[in-house]
Amino acid sequence: MSPAVDAAELRRRTRDLLAAHPPATTDRTDFLKARFDAGLAWVHYPEGLGGLDAPRSLQQAVDAELAAADAPDNDPRRIGIGLGMAAPTILGFGTDEQKRRFLRPLWVGEEVWCQLFSEPGAGSDLAALATRAVRDGDDWVVDGQKVWTSSAHAARWAILIARTDPDLPKHRGISYFICDVTDPGVDVRPLRQITGEAEFNEVFLSGVRIPDSHRLGPVGEGWKVAQTTLMNERVSIGGSRIPREGGMIGPVSRTWRERPELRTHDTHQRLLTLWVEAEVARLTGERLRQQLVAGQPGPEGSGMKLAFARLNQQISGLEVELLGDEGLLYGDWTMVRPELVDFTGRDAGYRYLRSKGNSIEGGTSEVLLNIVAERVLGLPAEPRNDKDVAWKDLSR
Amino acid sequence: MTARTEPQPQPATPDLLYSQDEEDLRSAVRALLADRAAAPTVIAATEADTPYDPRLWEALATGIGAAGLLVPEKLGGQGASHREAAVVLEELGRSVAPAPYLTSSVVATETLLALAGDGGPAAALLGELASGARTAVLAVPFATPPADPAAALATLDGTVRGIADAAVADVLLVPTAEGLYAVEATAPGAAVEPLVPLDLTRPLATLTLSVATGTLLAAPEASATAVERGLLAGAGLLASEQLGIAEWCLTETVRYTRERHQFNRPVGSFQALKHRMAQLWLEVVSARAAARNAADALATGSPDAPLAVAVAQAYCSGVAVHAAEECVQLHGGIGMTWEHPAHLYLKRAKADSIAYGSAGTHREAVAELVELPAP
Ligand SMILES: Cc1cc2nc3c(=O)[nH]c(=O)nc-3n(C[C@H](O)[C@H](O)[C@H](O)COP(=O)(O)OP(=O)(O)OC[C@H]3O[C@@H](n4cnc5c(N)ncnc54)[C@H](O)[C@@H]3O)c2cc1C
Repeated sequence: MSPAVDAAELRRRTRDLLAAHPPATTDRTDFLKARFDAGLAWVHYPEGLGGLDAPRSLQQAVDAELAAADAPDNDPRRIGIGLGMAAPTILGFGTDEQKRRFLRPLWVGEEVWCQLFSEPGAGSDLAALATRAVRDGDDWVVDGQKVWTSSAHAARWAILIARTDPDLPKHRGISYFICDVTDPGVDVRPLRQITGEAEFNEVFLSGVRIPDSHRLGPVGEGWKVAQTTLMNERVSIGGSRIPREGGMIGPVSRTWRERPELRTHDTHQRLLTLWVEAEVARLTGERLRQQLVAGQPGPEGSGMKLAFARLNQQISGLEVELLGDEGLLYGDWTMVRPELVDFTGRDAGYRYLRSKGNSIEGGTSEVLLNIVAERVLGLPAEPRNDKDVAWKDLSR
Repeated sequence: MTARTEPQPQPATPDLLYSQDEEDLRSAVRALLADRAAAPTVIAATEADTPYDPRLWEALATGIGAAGLLVPEKLGGQGASHREAAVVLEELGRSVAPAPYLTSSVVATETLLALAGDGGPAAALLGELASGARTAVLAVPFATPPADPAAALATLDGTVRGIADAAVADVLLVPTAEGLYAVEATAPGAAVEPLVPLDLTRPLATLTLSVATGTLLAAPEASATAVERGLLAGAGLLASEQLGIAEWCLTETVRYTRERHQFNRPVGSFQALKHRMAQLWLEVVSARAAARNAADALATGSPDAPLAVAVAQAYCSGVAVHAAEECVQLHGGIGMTWEHPAHLYLKRAKADSIAYGSAGTHREAVAELVELPAP
């Protein structure tokens, strides 16, 4: 497939967009809608769905040109699950109607998405999930409980996986749905977390009716569809260029330079080790980015989440310690329900506690190490006893 | 030192990939080493009196033209760069082949390159090194870091201990208070005494000079700059050798643990082992980015080169040692035998972690360069 548009054509279209909708005088949402309609939202998506069938690598040039013109962006922190996970899944498995209905408001940020995957009894072993979806005419009726659902309180839509056939082995009896979070059967309750705030939620589903037209992919193929979502969740790092000291190492390095009275020999040694590791992780991400641009994607992506989770935790831990007396304090324990997921904001104590989630959310570090070992290195899987057993017969 | 609040200056984006030419060079070197430096050959060579196989060196240096990669064509070299030399070192690390590449074709060559601008004896010697006809080493202890070249001899009289590859070098580049001299290994008053090295694949020797004679290549100041440049290139490209060592160790460990059965399962299916190998993989992938960054910074003469080198050394030394230690452990009893090559990699990795400055020394350099001063 030869690309429909090249870099020069994209530049021309970007300039046309800016001329027709000057950022200074155009409403933010209107601008984003116009950008989507011009095919400059994600240029590798199809025409009519926010893209132009262009090579993915050309997006950067468009983004840079728009940023230089001070155009509004679609704050990926607020709509990360929609952008990073729901969108590629809908694009890959959705009907034309679903693509047209959901992608534009998703990208513009008018509709926030959440992910109803994890359950109290199914986290790492996601395919063990117990939430049921039973066919009733043109609808499915869903009952069950989801947990640790980030941003469900701010979301309009959810991607949801549920069991549609308990008589099949666990991976085969699952289907994938788009769930309307404003449905009266959906009860979202704040789940307060380690930081004091409630970024995630418990979600109770009772008699939720989902029209069959909101199913993604065939009945019983939900696990396959979910693989696309999970792959995109884990490999979402590496797309952007990080400046030196761009991550967690930035604040602690600045503190070190500005507050000589805090320095000790022990923290100096640890800071230098972590500074080097953070710089190497940055370079590894940059190398991954260059591979993607060159059209030679490597498996490095699966390692980046592991690396950043460990670094974030070690660096923020060092930062609390470096602060001494101040490290004994915490900004604010008030229970709030933030709209944004924010890893680096607030103070050192917050960063320390929030970073603990980095090695759990989106697949634990242990599970990611399994994936690297088996899929990248080709090491044998551990023997398992749940493959050919009907889900209903598994011990729980 | 004043505190600074502005963000760090950002270097130009380095090219961290391999070009097609570099991949072609890699294939040629790898094929040669598979042919001439297979593990049993290397093990046998460590017990022979001649530390190097002259035919291997000739094929690598002259046949492939690797010795002259850093040298401009007008001085008799290939006019390539540190990026290509780094690829050669990855392969030499992967095979732990004994060859004076790092010491002669990188460190001595780079030192001479700083002095060869206006022709003269440095340029002439450079041509000989580039063709692989002769080899030279910088006569400083192998552990000397770039930022702090060891105190030079006062004159061509005295002793320098622990020089890598001195035993096989034709010429010794000796920094003294009077400047940099080229001393023929066979010159009267020069004696090279082999030592018993930890790393059997890279001989060490002590040089004793008693009123020896040599050719003056540079005045003291130019000498210091040239030596520093040679050591910086050595430290930076050593990271690629360390990457090659780590890669071999990981690949072999994965291969072995997939095949070795205990408890009626391949031992590589036990999660305790899988996680360790996955962790190593991540370290190897990261070491590659760090090593490529150093090679690219040296190749482009980037002002970021000292930091890129210090970061690469501070990181890659540990990765190579970790990979080699895991390789021995996960091979079990076989890993402890003289027959299995794992020990060659462990010895090379551990020696490399001291060569051209330890990780700790390079972290101190980082502290200086990015202004994170000690208390
Ligand atoms: C901040 C945060 C936000 C989240 N947001 C969402 C969300 O929006 N939507 C959503 O669906 N989920 C979300 N999650 C849930 C997350 O995906 C799960 O917590 C995660 O997959 C782990 O599952 P679990 O909590 O059941 O732990 P468990 O699977 O019970 O794991 C317990 C421990 O056992 C280890 N373990 C489990 N299996 C293995 C194995 N095979 N080998 C080795 N070790 C193993 C784990 O690593 C862990 O250490 C979020 C979690 C957090 C912390």
